[in-house]
Amino acid sequence: MWYYRSFFWRKLHSLTGVIPVGLFLLEHFTVNSFATRGPEAYNRAVAFLQGLPFLLAIEIVFIFLPLALHAGYGLWVVYTGSINVRSYPYFRNWMYLLQRVTGVIVLLFLIYHIYALRLARIFTGAEVSFEQVAAHLASPLVLALYVPGLLAAIFHLSNGLVTWAIGWGIITGPKAQTGASIFGGIIFCALTVVGFSFLLAFI
Amino acid sequence: MPEKIHLKIKRQDGPDKPGYWEEFVIPYRPRLNVIACLMDIQKNPVNAAGKKTTPVVWECNCLEEVCGACTMVINGKARQACTALIDKLEQPIILEPLSKFPVIRDLMVDRKAMFEHLKRVRAWIDIDGTYNIGPGPRISEKVREWAYELSRCMTCGCCMEACPQVNPRSGFIGPTAIAQVRRFNAHPTGAGEREARLEALMGPGGIAECGNAQNCEKACPKGLPLIKSLAELHQETTLHGVFGWLKR
Repeated sequence: MWYYRSFFWRKLHSLTGVIPVGLFLLEHFTVNSFATRGPEAYNRAVAFLQGLPFLLAIEIVFIFLPLALHAGYGLWVVYTGSINVRSYPYFRNWMYLLQRVTGVIVLLFLIYHIYALRLARIFTGAEVSFEQVAAHLASPLVLALYVPGLLAAIFHLSNGLVTWAIGWGIITGPKAQTGASIFGGIIFCALTVVGFSFLLAFI
Repeated sequence: MPEKIHLKIKRQDGPDKPGYWEEFVIPYRPRLNVIACLMDIQKNPVNAAGKKTTPVVWECNCLEEVCGACTMVINGKARQACTALIDKLEQPIILEPLSKFPVIRDLMVDRKAMFEHLKRVRAWIDIDGTYNIGPGPRISEKVREWAYELSRCMTCGCCMEACPQVNPRSGFIGPTAIAQVRRFNAHPTGAGEREARLEALMGPGGIAECGNAQNCEKACPKGLPLIKSLAELHQETTLHGVFGWLKR
């Protein structure tokens, strides 16, 4: 089994990026979008999530562990890569570089984001609410972290979907791969609109 | 029209020696290639500063871009020196040895690693054993079309040089050997070793290390369909990995 370990972990890394981490990001965006309907709608959506049975187990098994695995192996992927866009300035090579750069940005952002809005609650006991998030984002410094964090996360998912589909052998032909890249671009634009809509709703 | 050809060459006196740059200026003649310039330097090994130096070492063989021996990094990109025409290159022309292989001397590198990779993935067809087993089945024309494309690989190393995943940290065997797996698996007789080849690809430094930067196909001087070949093998190894153990 040791012989296949790099193959196994690499495929698992790729899969966890989509299921469940990518799916979670979409769910996260959906719930956050309630902020565009006002504080009450957002607080109701959050209360529904907070009321889910087995919430802690769901958070650990379906969010934290896959995310930790994806991030941990992702750092190894970054380490085993190299940069050569100067000599080979092609589209997919840039995407290869940006995928690694955004991965590191998202990881740093998430450490702060999860600490500030999820882990700090354990110590302070403060409930999540529109008001709390609005107060959090009221600081220009915090907001300045959220803009690149949000963009990096959206890019990493959009491009990651494309490379996952290629890496798992779902899309193989060059024309289909070009189509997938365009699809990834559309996902990126759509999620950017959604992401900044709810980010602005908190300000 | 320029009167001189200006070359800047990355040199190294031996495998464990430090690298250094040396510049050369040779008289212009029309329609030269990089190899002709190197031959000029060999005839008169004097550098741009007018000092006598050792001739630059390089490899070449066919001089028609089918052997791959003269592959080097020319103005930042890996390509064959024989088809690198001076009239089409920006000066100074910068020559470097391939960075993904150990340097033997100057522009000459040891590309044995690619041969080892080909052996690792069983890039051959098992033919007759102790007795003649007769002619094998025919290859369909549809498969023949792309299998022939893959057979044009000359293991020059351009794709290895262009691939950001080929480095000592990842141990990636690179597109060269991987593409040959697709070719030999498609061969009716070679298909007998299909699973052994897939499993070799799933081993350390195998296909999972591919990062989809896709420089390989653009760097390939022979135009091999590398992107599609790697993607098809991603599919085959995934299926083999997911369902293989369920068949045990």
